[in-house]
Amino acid sequence: MKILVPVKRVPDYQAKVKLKADGSDIEREGIKWIVNPFDEIAVEEALRLKEAGKATEVIVAGIGPEDAQTQLRYAMAMGADSAILVKYDGIIDSDLASRVLAEIYKRSEYGLIIMGKQAIDSDANQTAQLLAARLNLPQATFASKVIIEDSAAIVTREVDGGLETIKIALPAVISTDLRLNEPRYAPLPGIMKAKKKPLEEIEIASLEVDLAPKVKILKMAAPSKRQAGRKVESVDELVKVLQNDEKIF
Amino acid sequence: MGNVAVFVQHNEGILTKTALVSIAVALQLKEAWKKAGVVAVCLGSGAEKACNEALQYGLDDGLYCNEPLLEKYLATTYAAALKGACDAGDCDTVTGVATTTVKDFFPRLAVMMDAAQASDIVAVNGDGSLTRPMYAGDILADVILTTDKRIISARGTAFAPAVKSSSDKKANPFSLKMEGVQPGEVVSYEMSQGGRPELADAEVVVSGGRALQSSENFEKYIFPLADALGAAVGASRAAVDSGYAPNDWQVGQTGKVVAPRLYIAVGISGAIQHLAGMKDSKTIVAINKDGDAPIFEVADYGLVADLFDAVPKFTESIKKAKGS
Ligand SMILES: Cc1cc2nc3c(=O)[nH]c(=O)nc-3n(C[C@H](O)[C@H](O)[C@H](O)COP(=O)(O)OP(=O)(O)OC[C@H]3O[C@@H](n4cnc5c(N)ncnc54)[C@H](O)[C@@H]3O)c2cc1C
Repeated sequence: MKILVPVKRVPDYQAKVKLKADGSDIEREGIKWIVNPFDEIAVEEALRLKEAGKATEVIVAGIGPEDAQTQLRYAMAMGADSAILVKYDGIIDSDLASRVLAEIYKRSEYGLIIMGKQAIDSDANQTAQLLAARLNLPQATFASKVIIEDSAAIVTREVDGGLETIKIALPAVISTDLRLNEPRYAPLPGIMKAKKKPLEEIEIASLEVDLAPKVKILKMAAPSKRQAGRKVESVDELVKVLQNDEKIF
Repeated sequence: MGNVAVFVQHNEGILTKTALVSIAVALQLKEAWKKAGVVAVCLGSGAEKACNEALQYGLDDGLYCNEPLLEKYLATTYAAALKGACDAGDCDTVTGVATTTVKDFFPRLAVMMDAAQASDIVAVNGDGSLTRPMYAGDILADVILTTDKRIISARGTAFAPAVKSSSDKKANPFSLKMEGVQPGEVVSYEMSQGGRPELADAEVVVSGGRALQSSENFEKYIFPLADALGAAVGASRAAVDSGYAPNDWQVGQTGKVVAPRLYIAVGISGAIQHLAGMKDSKTIVAINKDGDAPIFEVADYGLVADLFDAVPKFTESIKKAKGS
């Protein structure tokens, strides 16, 4: 079975994003891009399934400008076999991402799609579910454990009340949560090897999908900043302010 | 001009606080987008009772379905059911509070309805745009949905719950039509330890971080403090990843968002991903031994101290103060 792993590049979470002066977008010059952390977990899970003999091939796919190659190469350095980059310089919302990925899925025979539950830039938490619905496949989101058995997946999901385990037929879409695994670092030889692995580029126009963003951003702004308070000297003082000023008890 | 469908979440017929927030959001959307009315939709066992209760909050209609296939939640069946309700109730707009259930199945519904979705909105604006956080809450974006049909999930802490009026309206049943896809099955469900208030609804939250070092220390230091205050317990990602606390206690960008009257962060550094889940709390207290920890930049009251020393004293003093 071949596994498709969509990979998005996002600004490094350790750096603070800056707004453009007119509030139309974030400042994209000079950003350090990384693989969306949830997607990295997805790549790791796919690789583990391959290593366990449950999958034959791991293919990563991304949408973005030419230099979004870097993150696909990183996934191949981790161990993915090949990559597909759908070239597009425009704005990609969840709707468009799911339309493009659905076309990619249809170009080959995949047994499973594993992808991140959310991209840490747009924080929408939609693409995996949209893709599953577009392909009329079952889904298991927010996975913290995945077992592949015959032609089914048994997936433990992180939900509001605790953990829920469901069984779905393959092919299916699984989205990853933080506890699924700890992604490996790409080893040095892997980085060398990744340069020679196949990376197919596709022009987005050839896929004939509707490119118009469905969620249109009118303007961006920074939220009002919370005022820092003060330090208290002791536990006693803390209890006093909570009792007398804040009337907590 | 269609109606707004509001997915009203309930526990065996009892409306949750989340349910009242979703109703409030639906009423705001009706107003801002000049929709005809709001239809409450309740699914699963207890749905009829919940739906009749929801109608007491100024809604126009109620539709419920409690067929056996909906007894246990699954994305495919719930999406099909809500789609059926939208058809029956002439709804082109759907809203609900962004719980893990709504996060899971609303996008599926979006595809079935040929709609677009705005996730986790924090405001419905006068000009009809919606505000939603991005980049771990570092940015607030005003967005519009360009499709005719629209799906909106809302952040539970960002809206006040709807207020009860009264009504003699009765909800109507509708039937479930499943097309195509196999639903799958629920194998098991492992609830985290109950007994304390729900994290998302609690008045007071006490959260522990990596500094706690073990689940035993959560029990020994965090639980007594939480119980002295009648609080829910939360955790940082580091604490959850290390197995000190269960997954559904994680507060933050990729966990739960809380905004209680009082949030106490114990041994948590204050990474932006954590702040994203608690910075709208009314009062924030931080206990950390590092006086330069970023958590102090958002805390109203900061105590620089070793938690293993300060927390037991804090717990005892609160008990005494409450007793007096
Ligand atoms: C994709 C992604 C998503 C994430 N989502 C979330 C999320 O939803 N929620 C979240 O919380 N994090 C999230 N994070 C992780 C986040 O970046 C931080 O790593 C995490 O919040 C740190 O947890 P912490 O504060 O407990 O640990 P640390 O940062 O290690 O801080 C521990 C603190 O304890 C203090 N301390 C140590 N010993 C004591 C003592 N004896 N007494 C008092 N204080 C002491 C230290 O001074 C330090 O400030 C996410 C990260 C990524 C990459």
